[in-house]
Amino acid sequence: MATYSDPFSALLALQRALESRFSSRWLARSPSGMGGYPPINIFQQGENLVAIVELPGMERKNLHIEAKENTIRIHGSKNQNDLKEASVHRRERSFGDFDRTINLPIPVNADAIRAEYNDGILALFLPPAESAKPRSIEIS
Amino acid sequence: MDQQEIQTQQKREAEGRQESTNAARSFIPVTDIFEDNHALIVVMELPGIQRDNVDVRVENNVLTLEARLDYAKYHGLRPLYTEYNVGNYVRSFELSGEIDQDAIRAELTDGVMTLTLPKAESAKPRRIPIS
Repeated sequence: MATYSDPFSALLALQRALESRFSSRWLARSPSGMGGYPPINIFQQGENLVAIVELPGMERKNLHIEAKENTIRIHGSKNQNDLKEASVHRRERSFGDFDRTINLPIPVNADAIRAEYNDGILALFLPPAESAKPRSIEIS
Repeated sequence: MDQQEIQTQQKREAEGRQESTNAARSFIPVTDIFEDNHALIVVMELPGIQRDNVDVRVENNVLTLEARLDYAKYHGLRPLYTEYNVGNYVRSFELSGEIDQDAIRAELTDGVMTLTLPKAESAKPRRIPIS
């Protein structure tokens, strides 16, 4: 009996899950909150937050990340390599400076943030600040 | 001069001439194409794609790129807020000139694929002497 390929439905399920949270109100609507560059997806992984940012073709030295309490700033510049004596057929990629600040609804432990840049994806692992972690309340 | 600020581009979905059998969405990578005397240079943005998951071929003068997303990395992540979708990438271009197929080079660095398609000898421009 034919089995309908599971991998594709798994991808579709992921795409639907992402779509269902499109521009959700979870991130405060601040001027820099939505629609800026680079585009950001935010996930929950256990008790941590993970921000996954599409930033293909960056030089690491031109990419800067700052964090304070619940604010994350990502700024830098994406530069184009010069192609001398080449004629242009098509130019769709964009280059230039960017500076984006997002305000998370919870404070994060800025000292424990981990950033990875692989395959043109910036991943920020954001552990919540101690004050933001839930405590269990004993019933007396 | 100050550099201009980058604007976020919406990802365009691929609309193939024929529909694929899987319902998952594919996207069109943003692409720059240059040409010099020796080669056509195609630069595509493929964020999140690894080298092993890219297939590039030239058939009947059509350059086709297919890239599969390894979405296993998303396992255990629960989306809270999203601005972009992810998926496979597909795109093809009709080539106007003859390409030396055996000499095509592909390089993928930090999510940017650079394809160098050297022109076949017959397609290189010749300088015409004026007698």
